[in-house]
Amino acid sequence: MKEFGGKVLFLDRSDINTDEIIPAKYLTEISKDALKPHMLEDLKLGGFDPRSPGVADARVIVTRANFGCGSSREHAPWVFEMNHINVVIASSFARIFRQNMFNCGMLAIELPESAIDRLFSHKEGAKVSVDFQGNKLTIESGKRKETFDYSISEFDKALIRAGGWVDFADARY
Amino acid sequence: MAMTLSEKVFQAHLRDEPFPGTKVLGIDVVMCHEITTPIAINDLVARGKDRVFDPEKIKVVIDHVTPAKDTKTAQQGKILRDWARRHAIRDFFDIGRNGVCHAIFPESGFIRPGYTVIMGDSHTCTHGAFGAFAAGVGTTDLEVGILKGVCAFREPKTIRINIRGKMPEGVYAKDVILSVIKKLTVNGATDCVIEFHGEVVRGMSMESRMTLCNMAIEAGGTSGVCMPDEVTVEYLWPFISSEYKDKKAAAADFIRWWSDEGCEYVMVLDIDVTGMEPQVTHGYKPDQVKDVSMIAGEPVDQVYIGSCTNGRIEDLRVAADYLKGRTIAPTVRGIVSPATPKVFRQADEEGIIKIFMDAGFCVTNPTCGACLGMSNGVLAPSEVCASTTNRNFNGRMGRGGMVHLMSPATAAVTAIEGKIADPRKYSKGGAK
Repeated sequence: MKEFGGKVLFLDRSDINTDEIIPAKYLTEISKDALKPHMLEDLKLGGFDPRSPGVADARVIVTRANFGCGSSREHAPWVFEMNHINVVIASSFARIFRQNMFNCGMLAIELPESAIDRLFSHKEGAKVSVDFQGNKLTIESGKRKETFDYSISEFDKALIRAGGWVDFADARY
Repeated sequence: MAMTLSEKVFQAHLRDEPFPGTKVLGIDVVMCHEITTPIAINDLVARGKDRVFDPEKIKVVIDHVTPAKDTKTAQQGKILRDWARRHAIRDFFDIGRNGVCHAIFPESGFIRPGYTVIMGDSHTCTHGAFGAFAAGVGTTDLEVGILKGVCAFREPKTIRINIRGKMPEGVYAKDVILSVIKKLTVNGATDCVIEFHGEVVRGMSMESRMTLCNMAIEAGGTSGVCMPDEVTVEYLWPFISSEYKDKKAAAADFIRWWSDEGCEYVMVLDIDVTGMEPQVTHGYKPDQVKDVSMIAGEPVDQVYIGSCTNGRIEDLRVAADYLKGRTIAPTVRGIVSPATPKVFRQADEEGIIKIFMDAGFCVTNPTCGACLGMSNGVLAPSEVCASTTNRNFNGRMGRGGMVHLMSPATAAVTAIEGKIADPRKYSKGGAK
């Protein structure tokens, strides 16, 4: 299983698409490693700088609705994985992106909008830890600490435990 | 129990239900292109599992960047080409025979009603136009599809769209789907199949139905779907004639896939096209759609006609109908990419290529290139493109560029004026 948790990168916008996460011009790469410097390069979000230290340190993304919409490119989860971000928490995901995350053994956690608002109230410097067995995540910033229950499907849990869909499917079919 | 088309397809293909709510389906067609497949191939090789479940059911094309533009894209092509040869994959479309995946695969008769189809490409939803369940997937799902011929899905819910009324002059399938996306919003159909019904859809060609289904993903939909009927039979007849006594028998057989009376829909939306204006996107999301009259006059730098949405013969005919005897504005770069060699040849034989060239268009080989800013028409920062493609995302056709999605008719008259224009102001059949 991958490591889940760490410093949070807040992306306060809905409908962030996979072209913004990793532009198509980098899809000519045939190694995941080559994607690493280009994470969120075309993100349209006021004041966002993909080269800032807060981005490099991030291990968790907290964002809004319909994250990962658009192209089916698995390069989107891969560019996060290459930058050690294995958890994305959003109020909703696009279907293909969500499945790609679990297929790679990474966590895509959906929380209600009210809980997402609470996460956003923590702002810079916040850290998230994930209790995978207990289906809980905790956010901490300064003296504030809050815990949220989340739910993911049994299938998605099995993919996380197996380390992804290829190993799961290969063992079973 | 009354079932939707996708529920029937799921039932007929169910291989496993490892957990409640997760359905593992047998896949009839696994389609591959050079952008999302090479990493799957490399991973299979690295795992010592360089196998394919069935070479007859794997269809392969090089379409996104072709001919190769640099060493990297040449390598992607080579990995795919070597792999296809190694596994004796017969249906491999390389230079000279290649075209945009979602145009060339249906054109080759690979899709049938009731099929399950996956590809590492979000616009795979296009093939639902044949009454199939066709879903875009990531590289890992594709890899498992190649190796095992299966794919896991949550059983989708279904949204029904009834499209009624009379299509006005200057309004086409593209305008209808843009208006549907505007209503559903960019995530209104997430985890749903979108079924298109009604007299307007029944009257549409397969090309127009593919345009509708192609953009289901822009509302978050898993697959677009049309009920397979006489129009479907006519399109597929060269490929299925040996399987049926006659066309009537084929059409009667296809009805078994139709959604049943009384099946469950999560949403039913009625759209009357009678008063519809041509639709154009304005912004960075495909649900930001306006009537053309609201934004007519906005200047553009490039006009692109092509893609899996609108690069088929019908689209080129429509555009040529407006362009005939006219020339595009000197401030505009016009680019047209016929989606397949067959479309290109047909357009040539019908004099359409000449009309485009006389009007001042550059005619490229069949490729996806410009649509996603990879080749053959990338925008410079601050440039604006009127495009018949499917995504207007920030940077989609080139960093800092703006894309307005529209029909081939609206794109053609926009090229003539050099600014967003209304096709209803123009006589069809060319300059009088």
